[in-house]
Amino acid sequence: MTATPMVKAELVHKWFGRLEVLQGIDLEVAPKEVFVIVGPSGSGKSTFLRCINHLEKVDAGRLSVDGQLVGYHERGGKLHEMREKDVAEQRRSIGMVFQRFNLFPHMTVIENVMEAPITVRGEAKAVVRDRALKLLDRVGLSDKRENYPAQLSGGQQQRVAIARALAMQPKLMLFDEPTSALDPELVGEVLDVMRQLADEGMTMIVVTHEMGFAREVGDALVFMDGGVVVEAGDPRDVLTNPQHARTKAFLSKVL
Amino acid sequence: MTSDITAQGRPEAIRAVPVRRPGRWIAVAGVAVVAAMLLNMFLTQPNFNWSEQGKYAFNASVLEGIRTTLWLTAAAMAIGLALGVIIAIMRLSTNPIVSGAAWLYVWIFRGTPVLVQLLFWANIGALLPTIGIGVPFGPEFLTYKTFDLVPSVMAALLGLGLNEGAYMSEIVRAGILSVDEGQGEAATALGLTQMQTLRRIVLPQAMRVIVPPFGNETISMLKTTSLVAYVPFYELLFNVQNIYTRTYQVMPMLIMASLWYLFMSSILTVGQYYIERHYAKGATRNLPPTPVQKLRRVLSNLSGRRLA
Repeated sequence: MTATPMVKAELVHKWFGRLEVLQGIDLEVAPKEVFVIVGPSGSGKSTFLRCINHLEKVDAGRLSVDGQLVGYHERGGKLHEMREKDVAEQRRSIGMVFQRFNLFPHMTVIENVMEAPITVRGEAKAVVRDRALKLLDRVGLSDKRENYPAQLSGGQQQRVAIARALAMQPKLMLFDEPTSALDPELVGEVLDVMRQLADEGMTMIVVTHEMGFAREVGDALVFMDGGVVVEAGDPRDVLTNPQHARTKAFLSKVL
Repeated sequence: MTSDITAQGRPEAIRAVPVRRPGRWIAVAGVAVVAAMLLNMFLTQPNFNWSEQGKYAFNASVLEGIRTTLWLTAAAMAIGLALGVIIAIMRLSTNPIVSGAAWLYVWIFRGTPVLVQLLFWANIGALLPTIGIGVPFGPEFLTYKTFDLVPSVMAALLGLGLNEGAYMSEIVRAGILSVDEGQGEAATALGLTQMQTLRRIVLPQAMRVIVPPFGNETISMLKTTSLVAYVPFYELLFNVQNIYTRTYQVMPMLIMASLWYLFMSSILTVGQYYIERHYAKGATRNLPPTPVQKLRRVLSNLSGRRLA
């Protein structure tokens, strides 16, 4: 591969006290790729996702985004912890969507979308508002812009959360089980927005249980269990013809 | 099936005989008797001396005392809030020295009576005749007489403000802890720094939990300022005491002062309601009604019932 991978993980380890949640993750995500991570709960997939934007610190191994080491500077063969300001700087190009939406309840929908570009990057309000309106239009919620999150359905809230992340114009989007907290009939509207985003060439890493979405939209898929990647490959191959016993057992339960 | 129900239409509304509640009537009668007795006492007991109260209610020194009480309350609460936010953030720090220092502060200032603290600051000169800035155990660059640095107004502000800071820090801490962890995470993931997250995301949401006890503390402070009379500093109670040592009308003057305190705390209560309503934005689907809206709803309900 000639292009710099968007995300490159080499033997990434993470432990909480004695519990080793990630036990050597090795993977590469190419630019514009939709990379799907599946696996049982407790397999470390969310933790890995949170390592990518340094919400969790990597304890061993190397993890880089767009060729840049996450959370550390490398100087003279030694790693130096990044200052908070520099970590925040790195996060600005990585959007994240959470299982529980985490919209700011004291702000209206449009204020949610405008918050980070104004506070973090100091962009002009008019410019940001313009962009926010376009993004809300894209997720089909421009009529809800003056509402508060509590007045929206779960699916609508999650679409606002996606617009909020996109407002920072990220080069990479992380989705942490974006549809797991939704009523079944609301899942589709969120997946539609994600599909559209994938079509536009956004690099996406998606932790999900939506196998249909993985098969249809995913370019690559890994199955994680017990803090390791058990199986990786084309989603259509892995999902229809799993090689590993643990993958087979997991898929037989969720499909 | 469904067409059957629509054809029949909605059945007539139930008009049941209401349950009798004799206990309520007995309670109402009891309250009415006690109220009549109190009213009788207020009107016929000459020792209340209402005319004397009226004579001094808007006396210059009483009004001066009220002004002092009000700004002292505001200043002490401002100091308390500023200190409270700082101490609360220190308390939540992961650095054990920083959080330990905050804990110690709360332990001392919450664990001793505020009157003792006020007297302590008023008499600090007896403990430290001079206060200087310099190297610990080394030379001093600047030296002041404590009496010049801490006049009674300073003692009053220090006593009330530092004490309030301790209580306030616990209120602010509870408010910060009440905000969902995901909020901080979402802000962090968007690239906000810790300070930005605190100021823009966490504190505004914590306000909802902070405002009711803050209002409580403000009303409490309004009354606690009367302790400053013993510093001594001329607030409402101090000036009223001055009047009754001259006129010997102790009870009428104390009742008059109480009525003033009651009036001021009532106004604060109304203010608190509107501040709470402001910070409820986004937390509830519909804002709670203002008192005016409530009254209008009650009136329209009454007239509606009469029509029905």
